[in-house]
Amino acid sequence: MKKFSVKTIVATGIGAALFFVLGRFVAIPSGIPNTNISIQYGVLAFIAAVFGPIAGVLAGLIGHFFIDFSFGWGVWWSWVIASAFFGFMMGFVASKMKIDEGQFGKKDILIFNAAQIVCHLVAWVVIAPVLDILIYQEPANKVFLQGLVGAGINIVATAVIGTLLCVAYAAAIPKKGSLKEEE
Amino acid sequence: MEDCLLSFEDFGFQYNAQQKPTLYNISFSVKKGEKILIAGPSGCGKSTLVHCINGLIPFSYKGQMTGSLKIKGKETRDLSLFDLSKSVGTVLQDSDAQFVGLTVAEDIAFALENDCVATEMLKIRVPEVAKLVHIEDFLDHAPVELSGGQKQRVSLAGVLVDDVDILLFDEPLANLDPATGKQAIELIDEMQKKTGAAVIIVEHRLEDVLYKPVDRIILMGEGRIIADTTPDRLLSGGFLSENGIREPLYITALKYANVEITPLIKPSSIKSIKLSDEDKLKVRNWYMTAKAAEDKKLGGMLLKTDSVKFAYDNGHVALKGITVAVKEGEMLAIVGTNGAGKSTFSKVVCGFETQQEGKIFFKGEDIEGLSIKERADHIGYVMQNPNQMISKVMIADEVALGLRTRGVPEDIIREKVEKVLKVCGLWPFRNWPISALSFGQKKRVTIASILALDPEMIILDEPTAGQDYRHYTDIMEFLLKLNQSGITIVMITHDMHLMLEYADRAIVFSDGLIIADDTAAHILTDKETVDKASLKETSLYELALMCGIDDPGDYVKRFIDYEREVMR
Amino acid sequence: MNNLFNYIDRPSPIHRLTGATKCVCLLLWSFAAMFTYDTRFLFILSVASFVLLKVSRIKWKDVSFMMVFTAAFLLMNNILVYLFSPHHGTEIYGTCTYLFGLTGKYAPTAEQLFYHLNYFLKYTATIPFILLFVCTTNPSEFAASLNKIGVKYSVAYSVALALRYIPDVQREYHDISQAQQARGIEMSKKATPLKRLKSAASILVPLILSSMDKIETVSNAMELRGFGKNKKRTWYMGRNFKPADIAAMAVCILLVAISYALNILNKSRFYNPFI
Repeated sequence: MKKFSVKTIVATGIGAALFFVLGRFVAIPSGIPNTNISIQYGVLAFIAAVFGPIAGVLAGLIGHFFIDFSFGWGVWWSWVIASAFFGFMMGFVASKMKIDEGQFGKKDILIFNAAQIVCHLVAWVVIAPVLDILIYQEPANKVFLQGLVGAGINIVATAVIGTLLCVAYAAAIPKKGSLKEEE
Repeated sequence: MEDCLLSFEDFGFQYNAQQKPTLYNISFSVKKGEKILIAGPSGCGKSTLVHCINGLIPFSYKGQMTGSLKIKGKETRDLSLFDLSKSVGTVLQDSDAQFVGLTVAEDIAFALENDCVATEMLKIRVPEVAKLVHIEDFLDHAPVELSGGQKQRVSLAGVLVDDVDILLFDEPLANLDPATGKQAIELIDEMQKKTGAAVIIVEHRLEDVLYKPVDRIILMGEGRIIADTTPDRLLSGGFLSENGIREPLYITALKYANVEITPLIKPSSIKSIKLSDEDKLKVRNWYMTAKAAEDKKLGGMLLKTDSVKFAYDNGHVALKGITVAVKEGEMLAIVGTNGAGKSTFSKVVCGFETQQEGKIFFKGEDIEGLSIKERADHIGYVMQNPNQMISKVMIADEVALGLRTRGVPEDIIREKVEKVLKVCGLWPFRNWPISALSFGQKKRVTIASILALDPEMIILDEPTAGQDYRHYTDIMEFLLKLNQSGITIVMITHDMHLMLEYADRAIVFSDGLIIADDTAAHILTDKETVDKASLKETSLYELALMCGIDDPGDYVKRFIDYEREVMR
Repeated sequence: MNNLFNYIDRPSPIHRLTGATKCVCLLLWSFAAMFTYDTRFLFILSVASFVLLKVSRIKWKDVSFMMVFTAAFLLMNNILVYLFSPHHGTEIYGTCTYLFGLTGKYAPTAEQLFYHLNYFLKYTATIPFILLFVCTTNPSEFAASLNKIGVKYSVAYSVALALRYIPDVQREYHDISQAQQARGIEMSKKATPLKRLKSAASILVPLILSSMDKIETVSNAMELRGFGKNKKRTWYMGRNFKPADIAAMAVCILLVAISYALNILNKSRFYNPFI
């Protein structure tokens, strides 16, 4: 596991800022009415994969908290906690990967995506609805359906955005190699 | 020696990830109260040297150190980063990144907060230091409300709170407009006198730093020290241009006139230089014989704006009636302070923002109804930082992006990409990932990706910001070549050299209005415009006055024309 | 200039409380409102929050945008609950009283309407309080407050950094997306969702890569100024507790206790007028 250095603290802060800006101001219609694609989860998965579970959990927690906060609709703790859980688990699963050394191959892509699917399902179909029921006494069928839709959209978003970000970042790390100029 | 603050002895450094050392045989020392300029082209090792002095090497970046580096008599490798930060205060190039507090006061207090100084003490100390750098009226301002120069003052205050012995400035002029840069150099001078600290400035813009005297210049090249001497001596030799550093313009002008430069005439600044009557006559004679180049032939009207007005949602009026005309084949510079409206103007032209009043015509047609994408087929926009534009891993994909989104067939794309890559000199690298390219090459990739759409006009935001003389020349010669092939080029810039040397014409923005529209040589010799738009007079102007030339503007023009003639 | 905190500097007793106090009170108040569905208690909390909003001299126009937003959200959620579970109230209160002589799955029952009233009160009990916090807490004080109430300063500082860099990230996103739009990247409804995601990626890749550079320089800048040197740090914006702060926190603790006690007295989280 990566240690909680000054760099992790900064990554947490800037990661939360990214999560907030994308979640609050960037609306990509999903095709389902009144539901936008949350591209911020792709970024959160990336930050967690590079900087570890602590950066992941805190960036998700702070970023989501700020989003709820700025809309003024009250802090929806059940969903905030689900975001934080997702960040934590992605950081945990990816802690063996070496994206910051420029490695993100086919196997990593598979693990990354399998992990994000499982984590999203747990976060939105288990954690968020169960907490909704416990805290807010909402009807079960409503919260589970909301969770299922949310998980589906987030999985697609993370698969595209998260994967592309990891690939692009790994490719941007300078590697020793023999690049030759061609005529 | 007691007053020796910093001493390198046969010092070398090699990063763990690299095959060869970055620094070799570095030996020099800095005494209390000295002011030193370290100059050298990109990649000469000066940033590595900065990291060694402030302790990021070896504490954050790992590698092999050889020889000795002592600060206040102690080897830095035996200290900690925190010990070092008490002796060396670093002002980074990127003052936005160094500004970590939410407001000015909090940022200045940052180092003391980390030292657990009591809040009551902070409230006393912070205003004191703020006053020192003249920022005391802005204590509760957020960074977005400050100009680049003000942010730099905050950075400086943030290290001055610690009573450091050495002040280290990493490229302090890189992000500032000319007048603010001048103030920054004055401020550094003032701080040194007030605090008695040693000052080390790392910068490749020699002429601008020498506006205030420095004790020594250390010239670096390829990881070694090439010269360590007084400015007067350094400017007398031919060292500078050989090592990719631009010599001050007045020095070049004197050399053209066959004036011999020796330390005796104190060439380090246009203010200190002593020219004999014979020397002045030589300059006058050169002026009489030098010929002005003929004016470039331009085509028809390409872009015309008619009293364009624009205000942002927050009520800030950025453009107060802008009327300009750009002809086909022109190479134009737009200058002015930050916030004068230059960038807003280019955004309105590209359709990123829509003007509230006024019209924009392209080739005589009103383009009001055209979308961003449709305008981009005619007017390309290149951002200052290529990293903000590049979104693909491979060069060819990046260049093809705009064509693919427009649904151009693949075989035509391949053909076009090949052509553009050849024009841009990127063909040898066509199969490289973009990350393996240098900054200048990345800039070319972004220009190539715009050229692929065959625009008639390109707008570039600060095309050469942060580049050393060699890369600057590289980029600008490339743009000149494009211009000669018929593409109209508009450059938004702070760089007075760029505008003098490359622009056919310059438009000066100030506070949302155009206050001058003339050749660069005329603008930079007109005191009123220069002051109003925070530009900086060229030293050639002062040289001309000193030598008794009655039309300094014409002298500057002939100098530039001559330089173009002989240099190319 | 910060989009997140809508800090309005108007002297009032609430403004004079420290950020840490308001932070603790917000948490306690939310817990108190979260624990119980006792209608009488929620009603008192709702009235109290509106009174506090008045005391802090926040005006309607300062918060109208957020209020409208919340009202819409609340309405939508209520409709959803009704659609999904029209007999949720019946299940909770154990009785079924049809109203207006209607029967059937979607027929209104007194229990269901009462449940919706509670749901509504739950919001009115907490949201004014959150607005109160947002409008009367100086964002600069937020991190210092978190640290004061026991959050590690490294975590508290990452909150401060998030607040610091939100405007920067926002501007950068805006600039990059404009330049990419010029190259034909589109995110409007015309494109398919998958295409839109790919477009988003071509804005996010440059944004993230430049953020990674920023993370590097910012952490260097912080280390060079001694961040992380000690186990503790002080805060320029830190303030000490005054008697009013202690009193405010004591009241909120009392509220939590009442909320908890009500749950025991009612033998359920709901106050049931139907039995």
